[in-house]
Amino acid sequence: MKIGVLDVQGAVSEHIKHLELCDVEAVAVKTEKQLNQVCGLILPGGESTTIGRLVELFGLADAIRERSREKSLSVFGTCAGMILIAKEITDGTTGQPSLGLMDIAVKRNAFGRQRESFETSLRFKSLDEPLTAVFIRAPIIERAGEGVEALAEMPEGTVAARQGNLLTTSFHPELTTDLRVHRFFIAMCEEKA
Amino acid sequence: MKEQGTFRVKKGMAQMQKGGVIMDVTTVEQARIAEKAGAVAVMALERVPADIRAAGGVARMADPDMVLRIMDAVTIPVMAKVRIGHFAEAQILEEIGVDYIDESEVLTPADEQYHINKHLFTVPFVCGARDLGEALRRISEGAAMIRTKGEPGTGNVVEAVRHMRKVMDQIRQVVGKIDDELVVMAKELGVSLELLKEVKKEGRLPVVNFAAGGIASPADASLMMQLGSDGIFVGSGIFKSESPEKVADAIVQATLHYNDPKVLVEVSKNLGEAMPGLEMSTLTEADRMQERGV
Repeated sequence: MKIGVLDVQGAVSEHIKHLELCDVEAVAVKTEKQLNQVCGLILPGGESTTIGRLVELFGLADAIRERSREKSLSVFGTCAGMILIAKEITDGTTGQPSLGLMDIAVKRNAFGRQRESFETSLRFKSLDEPLTAVFIRAPIIERAGEGVEALAEMPEGTVAARQGNLLTTSFHPELTTDLRVHRFFIAMCEEKA
Repeated sequence: MKEQGTFRVKKGMAQMQKGGVIMDVTTVEQARIAEKAGAVAVMALERVPADIRAAGGVARMADPDMVLRIMDAVTIPVMAKVRIGHFAEAQILEEIGVDYIDESEVLTPADEQYHINKHLFTVPFVCGARDLGEALRRISEGAAMIRTKGEPGTGNVVEAVRHMRKVMDQIRQVVGKIDDELVVMAKELGVSLELLKEVKKEGRLPVVNFAAGGIASPADASLMMQLGSDGIFVGSGIFKSESPEKVADAIVQATLHYNDPKVLVEVSKNLGEAMPGLEMSTLTEADRMQERGV
C-alpha cells in the first residue's frame, strides 16, 4: 500500500518519515501521475494560501476532489491541510483556496499568532493514552455537518475529526515521535482497500 | 496545560515554511502582492537591503506601527528584523506579536560580542550563517531557523552559494567522522559536541536552513534549492525589479519546481529588467555585511 504526501510546500519530509516508520511506502506527490499511485494522501502543514494556490495552479486540485468523492482516496489534512480539506472557511481572505472536501467550517489562526502557539497533552478518541499535540498558528473546527465525528476537543473547539474517508487535525502529529495518529490514518486507508 | 514557546513549537513554525519563499516588503501594498503571489511569509522592514546599502548610516529596527499595519493587512506570518545583539528591539517586536524575528546583519550591529539570548523569547528567531560553526553557535543561542548570509542587497547570488556549499560540505564531513574526531571538530568550530552529534545523526542541520542574500531570479532560487536549501528569502530582488508581481510569482513557482527545467523556462520568460546587481570586488571591507556577527 502506498500513501502520498502532497509535496507543494510545508512539512512534507516529516510526514514521509512518519509513514516510513509505520512501514508504509510513502510517495511525495507533485503530479497527477504520482497521485494515481496512492490510496491515501496527507495534506501537510504549511501556509494554506500558498499550498491552496499552487495545488490549483498545477491541476492537482480537481484530481484530488474527484478521487476523494469516489472514495478511492483517503485524505488526511493537518493544520494548513485542515483549511484545504474544509468546505467552509469562516474568516478566509477573499479567494482563500480550498479543496472543499469535508463538511466542516474552519477558522484560521484560531489560537492567535505564533507567540500563542503551544503544545499540550490531548485526548484523542480511540487512543488509550493522551498524545502530545503541537499547535502552530493552528485552525479550529467551528461547525461540523452530520456524519462528521469529533475525535479531539479543546476548550476552544474541535481540533480533530473524521468523516468517512476524510481525517483532519489542527495539530501536527508529524512533529512528535508518536506514530499513533498516522497509524489511525493508515488503518482508514486499509479499511477502504 | 498549554506550553508556549517550546523549542519544538518555535522550530516547527520554520518547518511549516519549507519549500516556500519569504519576501522583504516595505509597504502594505507590497505585502499584499507578496501574499497574492504565494509567499509563505513577509519580512516587514523600512528599506530593502539595497536601499540600506545605498543610504549608509545606522540601520535599525523598523517602526512598530509600520510592522503592525503589515500584520493587519495579510494573514500569512510576518517577520521583522532586529540588530544583532539588540534584545530590547526584540522585546518590542515580541510585544507587538510578530511571528518571527530575524537577528540580522543587514541592520547595523548593536553588540559586537554577544548575540541575543534567544532562549528567553517565546517568539522564534532566524539568524544568518556562513558556515556550520556559525549556524550551530546561533542554534545554541536559541535560533530556531538558519539562513545563509549571502551578501544582502547586491542581487549577486555568489556569496549565498558559497555559504550554502560550505555548510553542506561541513555536514558531509561531520557525517563521515567517528566520535573522537567530532570532539576535535567541535573545538575547532567553537560548538558543542552534542549539537555536532545531532548533525551526524540526522545528516543535516537540526533546524530548517533557508537561502538568503543576493537571490534575484527564479534561476537563483532553483540553484539554491538544488544546493540543499529548505526555502528562499528574497530581499531586494522582487521590489527592486521592473515587474514585482511577475518576479514574485516566478520565484515562488521556481522554488516549488526547482528541479523541473520545463517549469523554470516558462516562469523565467519576460520578467523585465531584474534589480541592478553589484560585483563583489566593487565592495569595500566596510560594505560587506556578512562579516557582521560571527
